[in-house]
Amino acid sequence: MNKQEALFSYTLRLADNGLILSQRLAEWTGHGPFLEEDLALTNIALDILGQSKSLLEYAAQVEGKGRSEDDLAFLRGEREFYNTQLVEQPNGDYAKTIARQYFVDVFDFHFYTALANSKDETLAGIAAKSIKEITYHVRHSGSWMLRFGGGTEESKQRLQDAVNDLWRYTGEQFEMNEVDALLIKEGIAVDMTAVKAAWDKQVINILNEAGITTPLVAVMQTGSRQGKHTEHLGYILAEMQYLPRVIPGAKW
Amino acid sequence: MNNQLYSNEQIMGFLHEIPDPEIPVIDIVELGVIREINASIDSIEVTITPTYSGCPAMKQMEDDIKKKLSEKGYKEVKIKTIFNPPWTTDWITEEAKEKLNKYGIAPPEHSSIDKAVLLGKERIVKCPRCASTNTKIISQFGSTACKALYQCTDCLEPFDYFKCI
Repeated sequence: MNKQEALFSYTLRLADNGLILSQRLAEWTGHGPFLEEDLALTNIALDILGQSKSLLEYAAQVEGKGRSEDDLAFLRGEREFYNTQLVEQPNGDYAKTIARQYFVDVFDFHFYTALANSKDETLAGIAAKSIKEITYHVRHSGSWMLRFGGGTEESKQRLQDAVNDLWRYTGEQFEMNEVDALLIKEGIAVDMTAVKAAWDKQVINILNEAGITTPLVAVMQTGSRQGKHTEHLGYILAEMQYLPRVIPGAKW
Repeated sequence: MNNQLYSNEQIMGFLHEIPDPEIPVIDIVELGVIREINASIDSIEVTITPTYSGCPAMKQMEDDIKKKLSEKGYKEVKIKTIFNPPWTTDWITEEAKEKLNKYGIAPPEHSSIDKAVLLGKERIVKCPRCASTNTKIISQFGSTACKALYQCTDCLEPFDYFKCI
């Protein structure tokens, strides 16, 4: 693997996280628990989709094989997606959507803060831009973690169930492989060790504050770095890619 | 100047004629998204920076810039997008902030004052209708990516706040 291939793979992984999460969040459009939350999730989905679009454009440019960002989004199969299994998990109830979002928001905040110092100017630029948006996202999901935890018996139990369900998918976010190793040497990629320490601290603090028990999980789910996913991703892609695959080159 | 169709001042004047697609009381120059202009006799490159990554108005702004400058005689109009330095509401001009306020959107505070947002503390946002600072946040997310929803607790008017980033 050379530097260009590693940079393509790294950028694509980040883009896929945003693309799949925004698609999931968009499923809430018109179904939010009340109007303001419906708007909030749509806004957050839009920010994340925008970040993903910038990353996909850059990935396409780095690859240099004439694929566009739309080709990358709509014409890849399940095993060619490298998003974490966490972001593809179903929305569930609102507590589950919020817990998933909070886990990702805290990761994104620390990860992109570090990536803003990347020697790759484009990644650093996208990161610096994204942090401003993520700051609002983490504030939103964090405040809901506390409201569910401090709300009723039912809201607290639902959040506890969501955290229990999702916890096994959180470890994958910090995995590093040969792509990371090569790019860390170049000063481009982020060393996940520090990101994990910051994530653990912040997430466990809020779980404690919300009165939620941190699950003990012996084995974390893994596989997305090799394109292995839970059964949910195929259904997301089927819906997301339907139109461009049935009507290639469709414009509106 | 000799090898340019128009001076940079004239070009900025043309761009001042392009309204923000979602908040038409201010124009795209006042909004602070135009970062650089490189013009020759028949071609021009305009460097812009997005307000929000996913702001759907950015594409409209690009199209409007291309249309406007083509009409003024440029054969080739290129738009270049940069992310660094990231756009900040501090780049919105004072005149534009006053226009926002008159339009009913509370303008953004200066970002140095707004650091409280990072600490999760509330800010003082002035009601654009009655100027009271007894206001409360309804939602951090509003009708567009750049706005939050507030309500005045004195005159009860709900209003948009152009949030500070």
